Amino acid sequence: MPIVEIAGLTKVYDQQKVAAVDGIDLTVERGELFGLLGPNGAGKTTTIGICTTRILPTSGRVTIAGVDVVAQPAQARRNIGVVPQYNTLDRSLTIFENLYFHCRYFGFSNAESRERAGALLKQFLLHERAKSYPSQLSGGLQQRVQIARAIAHRPAVLFLDEPSAGLDPQSRIAMWDAVRRLREEGITVVLTTHYMEEADALCDRLVIIDHGKALALDTPDRLKTTLGASTVVELDLRHCENLAPLSEKLGAIPQIASVETTASGLRLFAHGTDGLLPEIVRAAQDYGVRDLSIDEPTLETVFIRLTGRDLRE
Amino acid sequence: MSNLQTARRGSYAGAFAGLMLRDLRVLRRELGPFIVRIIMQPLLFLFVFTYVLPHIGQANTIGGADFATVLLPGLMAVAIMFSGISAVALPLSQEFGITREIDDRVMSPLPVPFVAIEKVCFSALQSTLAALLVMPLAIYIPTNPVHVHVASWPMLAATLLLSSLVAGALGLTIGANVKPQQIGLVFSIVVVPITFLGCVYYPWAALTRVRWLQLAVLVNPIVYMSEGLRAALTPNVPHMYSGVILLALLISLLVLGWIGIRGFLRRVIS
Repeated sequence: MPIVEIAGLTKVYDQQKVAAVDGIDLTVERGELFGLLGPNGAGKTTTIGICTTRILPTSGRVTIAGVDVVAQPAQARRNIGVVPQYNTLDRSLTIFENLYFHCRYFGFSNAESRERAGALLKQFLLHERAKSYPSQLSGGLQQRVQIARAIAHRPAVLFLDEPSAGLDPQSRIAMWDAVRRLREEGITVVLTTHYMEEADALCDRLVIIDHGKALALDTPDRLKTTLGASTVVELDLRHCENLAPLSEKLGAIPQIASVETTASGLRLFAHGTDGLLPEIVRAAQDYGVRDLSIDEPTLETVFIRLTGRDLRE
Repeated sequence: MSNLQTARRGSYAGAFAGLMLRDLRVLRRELGPFIVRIIMQPLLFLFVFTYVLPHIGQANTIGGADFATVLLPGLMAVAIMFSGISAVALPLSQEFGITREIDDRVMSPLPVPFVAIEKVCFSALQSTLAALLVMPLAIYIPTNPVHVHVASWPMLAATLLLSSLVAGALGLTIGANVKPQQIGLVFSIVVVPITFLGCVYYPWAALTRVRWLQLAVLVNPIVYMSEGLRAALTPNVPHMYSGVILLALLISLLVLGWIGIRGFLRRVIS
């Protein structure tokens, strides 16, 4: 049975006319590590905001473990753990107290809360910092406390919004490890990211989102093999006028699936590169080949294929 | 009531208690500064106006009553109001505008309005404490004897409770609707005027000679706090009818509570 069900979800903010979320349908299975990949402003955070009861949808329906998040938000929050993009640790409380009182909010007794907070400090290697205040911790450690706090009440689903934003590379790897261990415990994890490496390294399945629409949903591997025409060849040319004949000529090569015009030349989507490069160079001779680069299939190429844009653009 | 509903109420109560415990922990940690903040201003005020001035020969009676006796309920009302503002408005404005740390409490399994109501309730606790701290100062510092006797315990309890809740609701209204950068300005243009014009330093009845002001201040909830405490503690000083006072406080609570909760919801749910 799916643990998160999103159906026909849309959100139009009052001030803006365009839909931030524009008809998203998806389901997340129990125990899955699910990713929402897309550029900034794609609608990922709004989607997570609706799932976690903080944003009201314009239409559509979200249920978490069978509880409707709009009709019964307080009940739904029992099943939800959230780590938002910004640091929301309670600055007036110590690390231990942040965990302890979070448990109290969820109805744990004094003894249960103490025990749970202690266990989490150990699990996340934070026991030496129990009496520190959040401001005394590095960004990476604060992030770890936020994750520990988010799962303290044993939610069915943990939502992580851009978990590696603002983390140094080392902390990011540590965070990935922490997230993978959560999955081993059976917690379903839904995360948003605009780092394709992160989506690739962590997620069982992911959905690619742009302009509030879900463009593709599958495992990272299947997305790469089916949607990326495998390999992307960027061809930079000195003379970019009248590219149509070249485009036609290259498009006729059986290995090349499709050709796009870019600002500085052509972008080719190919199946493999064996013997292909000399052929391309020969064909483009008259245009003056300035540079030629090859990208093995990545989620980046999948994204480019789907939207014609770079994730970073 | 079904079992499910009973369980739900139980879990709401648990979450609410958790929020109160959190605030209690933070208050306990900052008890020293809290007390200093509460008593400094009334302490100096009482010292200068009811100790120094009588000693250097300034007669001070107002509306036939000794100034010190007039001042006791007034300063208690100010303490209630200020601690409501500092317990809710300042932290809330910070948490919304800068730190976002209220988020974890908003995500507790409690309907969101109750997170705001908890703030008001806890602030009311602080306000009552503040009023009780100021009371002995106002009795023992003045040179002239202060005539205090509790005319009606229920009136005292009801006024203290309602006034404290009104102060918290006012704090909520300000905290949820004002940006942290503008809090200072709001203090100058709202908090200071309503304090000075809150019948703190004179009984409302004495304003008959400035009729327009006497009518204008009726929209100021602090007037009813001062007058209510006057009715309960210093009944010899002229004061409004108890029923009118309590009704006005109740209306203030409902109006400010409603605006405050609406502002709070707007800030946490979009």
